[in-house]
Amino acid sequence: MSSNESSAVLTNPSALWHKACTAVNRFKAWVALDGGNLSPGQTLAVKYFCVAVVLFFAQLLFGLLAALQFIFPGFLYEFLDFSVNRMVHINAMVVWMLYGFIGCIYWLLEDESGTEIVGLKWGNLAFLILTAAVALVVLVYILVQIGSGTDSSLWFINEGREYIEAPRWADIGIVAVMLVFAYNVVATFNKGKWSGIAGVLTLDLVALAGLYVAGMFYMTNITHEQYWWWWVIHLWVEATWEVLVGVIMAWSLMKLLGVRRKIVQTWLYIEVALMFGSGILGLGHHYFWIGTPEYWLTIGGFFSALEPIPLVAMVVHAVYDAGAHAFKNSNHPALAWIIAHAFGNFFGAGVWGFMHTLPQINLYTHGTQWSASHGHLAFFGAYATINIAFFYLAIQHWRGGVWMAGDSQNAWRWKWALGLLNAGVLGMTIALLIAGYEQSFIERAVEGSTWGGYFSAQNHPSFQNAMVWRLIWGLVTFAGLGLLIWDLLTIGKGETRKAQVIEPH
Amino acid sequence: MNETPRWASESFWKKTAIWVTAGSFLILIVLTFDTLSKTSAGSTRVPDYTVINQKIDYRFDEKLNKFMPIIGGEELLFDKKYTAEEAEQLVTLGKKTTQAKNCMNCHTLLGNGAYYAPDLTKAWLDQGWISRDMREDMMLKFLMDPENNARTFGSGRKMPNLNITEAEARGVIAFLKWMSSIDTNGFPHNFTSIESEEE
Repeated sequence: MSSNESSAVLTNPSALWHKACTAVNRFKAWVALDGGNLSPGQTLAVKYFCVAVVLFFAQLLFGLLAALQFIFPGFLYEFLDFSVNRMVHINAMVVWMLYGFIGCIYWLLEDESGTEIVGLKWGNLAFLILTAAVALVVLVYILVQIGSGTDSSLWFINEGREYIEAPRWADIGIVAVMLVFAYNVVATFNKGKWSGIAGVLTLDLVALAGLYVAGMFYMTNITHEQYWWWWVIHLWVEATWEVLVGVIMAWSLMKLLGVRRKIVQTWLYIEVALMFGSGILGLGHHYFWIGTPEYWLTIGGFFSALEPIPLVAMVVHAVYDAGAHAFKNSNHPALAWIIAHAFGNFFGAGVWGFMHTLPQINLYTHGTQWSASHGHLAFFGAYATINIAFFYLAIQHWRGGVWMAGDSQNAWRWKWALGLLNAGVLGMTIALLIAGYEQSFIERAVEGSTWGGYFSAQNHPSFQNAMVWRLIWGLVTFAGLGLLIWDLLTIGKGETRKAQVIEPH
Repeated sequence: MNETPRWASESFWKKTAIWVTAGSFLILIVLTFDTLSKTSAGSTRVPDYTVINQKIDYRFDEKLNKFMPIIGGEELLFDKKYTAEEAEQLVTLGKKTTQAKNCMNCHTLLGNGAYYAPDLTKAWLDQGWISRDMREDMMLKFLMDPENNARTFGSGRKMPNLNITEAEARGVIAFLKWMSSIDTNGFPHNFTSIESEEE
């Protein structure tokens, strides 16, 4: 663009609008997706998926900024401080995963219930409201950042509670949107037909929405505040989210491999029993050191030690079914990501969680990079992977149900994206684990957690080197995401063969 | 032979899932009532907010084999004795300030939060404040102008200026003093407080 042209664009908003429209149209022509291939519910689902991918990108971008600040503390100082980058990094992740889940449910809802979505108009409206609210919250996070120590700051800027920082007005909006979503699910199943999957899904969504309310109160007593805060955090990610992915996986395995309904539903009930049986009281592993009574050491230690069991069951389920059907499936990238999910969930949430869940060990690992190590592998392994699997299922359908099995064009892209993303996250996990070990020894065990001890550990070469390696693997992850987005936009383009039909057997 | 045994049937696991979930949730509810009553402000585990009028220390208890907070005699904060109402107001202002300034996305409180800056659980008792006489003044100055009173311990990491007013800073200090008195089951372990340092 010449300088004349660019100044014309800047001074003339309609020219800018025109340019933007041209760019969007060019992009649409390049992507060449036909919306006619999607049902109304699926059209709504892919809207959620698109925003999810944008937020996934934001998650990694802000993660990289925060990772850089560990190495160059002056980087963006008093402009975009670590606290802001880290908050956007994690909030973007939580929200993109929720968008992914909602998208998955809207995608499978019509198929599972055998009828059209009852309140589709409301669903579309809720999507717009939620997306506008998310954009506004993020803008305030980045531009306003903090407020004075008053209620209005907590209502309109930032609630200042890790993971659920969204200001109170947004909390209320989120609950309202979730109610619309829950209504759509229940009313649609009610109009069509109920199934085991439908029942588990409905109860899980009610719990998921209800639990969020536990995090919507201000309390001065920090012990009580953190007690309820963990109700939301833990009972979401270590209970209701896990059951939600169990539902998504059950449905995906039927579609992808043709596993019989009776088998996936039996497994789903087993998973629910094991997941809630261990996860609900496993909540106690967050109640070791926040002022709560000593019996939580026993209860939390015991039940959280059982938490990996359902994850083993899920691995057995996915791998056994894949093997029993000789890996014959209609969408290779999706199945690969489901297998990555089964193992990632087991290692990230199960093994990495178990490693520091017993109070005798947690006394030294609590509040160190151990948690960050566990968090990276668990959220990626348990939740990012299953969403990505679903993105591939969606794009296949969006392209008109084209061939995505063996011998596809440009298959190297999805394979390399899979490899880079998994290697990148695993690399960060190991780097953070080394940093966490070092902190446990030096800061906690030797120096007794004083501020001096904290910084001795932070300044130690083992820690510093680990932070450099984390950044390097973070860049690998970022490259993987770039490739994944490119692949999702182009896979199946120009493919003329139809996907093979997998019959239940 | 082809018949599914009862233990592997869908209906058996459906019932099990419902009973296990309901049972676990019921136990959680009962424990929640118990925990909340045992940890209200003014309980033995979580002292009343007027504890900011008293001396607080954190020592290893031989009998219990863990570190425990020790509440001592009078040791006023900012040379003022706060009534129950005033103390709660001040700690509340401090708590709201820690939330509005997003402290938890760099620091940890009770070990929860981010790992870019030190834990605040026992910040009131940290040796970093050099002596008990200097502590209040140093904390005030640091909170209100962290850039020029930086405490980086050689890390290069500086707290940004968060526009904390003097009233808010006093509130935060009161909140930190109160938080250091909570019985956290021995976390952090092996801690040497500013009190024991001075002996």
